[in-house]
Amino acid sequence: MPALEVTGATVEVGGSTILDEADLTLESGEVTIVIGPNGAGKSTLLGVAAGERRPRAGTVRIGGVDLAGLSVTQLAKRRAVMPQDTTVAFPFTVREVVAMGRTVWNDRAGAEDAVAMDALETIGLTSFADRSITTLSGGETQLVAFARVIAQVTPVGESSVVLLDEPTAAMDVAHAEATLVTARLLASQGAAVGIVLHDLDAAAAYADRLVLLHRGRVRSTGAVGEVCVESLLSEVYGSPIEVYDHAGDIRVAPRRRFEPA
Amino acid sequence: MITGVVLGAALVVSLVASASIGQFHASPADVLGSLWNGLIHGVDPGRSQVDGVLWSIRFPRAVLAALIGASLAVAGAVMQGVFANPLAEPSIIGVNAGASVGAAIVFVFGFSQTAVWSLPLAAFVGAVGTAFAVWGLSRVGGAASVLTLILTGIAVNAVAVAVTSLLIFMGDRSSREQVVFWQLGSLAGARWVDVGTTAAVFACGFVACLVIRRQIDVLALGDAAASSTGVSVERLRFGALVLVSVLTAAAVAFAGVIAFVGLIVPHALRLAVGPSHRHLVPLSALGGAVLLSIADVAARTVVPFADLPIGIFTAVVGGPLFLVMLRRTLSGYRLGR
Repeated sequence: MPALEVTGATVEVGGSTILDEADLTLESGEVTIVIGPNGAGKSTLLGVAAGERRPRAGTVRIGGVDLAGLSVTQLAKRRAVMPQDTTVAFPFTVREVVAMGRTVWNDRAGAEDAVAMDALETIGLTSFADRSITTLSGGETQLVAFARVIAQVTPVGESSVVLLDEPTAAMDVAHAEATLVTARLLASQGAAVGIVLHDLDAAAAYADRLVLLHRGRVRSTGAVGEVCVESLLSEVYGSPIEVYDHAGDIRVAPRRRFEPA
Repeated sequence: MITGVVLGAALVVSLVASASIGQFHASPADVLGSLWNGLIHGVDPGRSQVDGVLWSIRFPRAVLAALIGASLAVAGAVMQGVFANPLAEPSIIGVNAGASVGAAIVFVFGFSQTAVWSLPLAAFVGAVGTAFAVWGLSRVGGAASVLTLILTGIAVNAVAVAVTSLLIFMGDRSSREQVVFWQLGSLAGARWVDVGTTAAVFACGFVACLVIRRQIDVLALGDAAASSTGVSVERLRFGALVLVSVLTAAAVAFAGVIAFVGLIVPHALRLAVGPSHRHLVPLSALGGAVLLSIADVAARTVVPFADLPIGIFTAVVGGPLFLVMLRRTLSGYRLGR
């Protein structure tokens, strides 16, 4: 039984179909990465999986249970979500923001702080603990949001579901790689991890399974080698994309041609 | 913790000062002595002239000022929290404008002569009713977003102000004066029954705010993130707005419109103790009580032999103060979402 399963999800907004009978399966211990061009419906699909967005048709099951029958708190105990918008309205300290991930667990104050600090340590940000979140850069704020998600799913196990919507969008290379390595670490501890990502090369490197969305439909899904096909990616993105082997790894990069006139 | 102790001490001092300062001078020793006698031997305003002035005029006024300040500041803290916006004020959801409509109806149609409680009751009903109207109208087509709530509030406020203006237009000269002065806010003529009613509402509202204060923190993440963290955003925001409207309504019902307390106090305390509502809500109660006690003393004494409307005073002091704080801290906040 998959940790999370979206079947036939259809979402319409203002008469246009954003998501058209899309499926998404997240298995425990695996990282599944959703790729696709802008407007393909990636974030919508993740939103449906998270229960934030109710599809017009289709079902979402989390641990075999229909998500529609779960309360906000029951859901929060089963899955954590990192949104695209990670800004925080008031100047809370980083430590306080991460501890907000524990809201649903009703820890005692000391225990809550300990989990928050552990999560900060996992992403290497303990030195930021007492800084105000509003003084951080966009990439750093994203890191803190990731720590908050880790705090929410602690202790990580077979039933944990982690959903990340473009977690590395504002991060530099080092932070982005560290974030995706940590996502893999969570999977190795049993979590089912679903990520929306624009960086195709990183997706190919870190995913167990890829889902390629195009115009609201799942165009291709499977192991990295099955989805990362030059002709398929080039057609879906409408831009030439190269897939090549580098020391046994699959690498993906846009074909760059710049010819001076 | 330190801030709490400082504010607690400031509240005691300002309450004693509020009771002793005025046209009839009573020394702090008189105040404490009268208080002690009252607690030990029972209250008897006829015992002496000092006891008479203190127990029937000064004490109820001082305590009512503190309670109203506390109610307004707690309502402001919760309001800013649930809107995730440091500039939110209870008046956004129409409580002040609605209370004015209720008060104007009572004055213009002469109900205040029929029953003394008709004015606070009408102001309370007007305030809470308007808040519910704003909430209900903003929910058309699904959940209320912060933006639709604010825009709906602007529209409903405008209508309520127009209704009040119409009532003033319809009224005779004396009722017009009453409406206008009521809107300026005043603590003159505070009675113990006013104190008791406000205290009861404040106690219930304050305890409820303490219960939800940790969840309010999480709303700073934005509605979607707060929801995925396990907070029922719609239900929390509705409950919080009920508390805000009831607390503010109870405050303005007896004293009229008193501006800026709900904005200034949480804002200043956020600078001192950080934005966590765990501390901000209880400290706002203390801070609001201190601020309005001091403002009331000032309103009574700044101009000799005149009792300035306290609403004017809080606005004159609060407006510029707010601008200063705004300029200093704006960079640290996000204003919209």
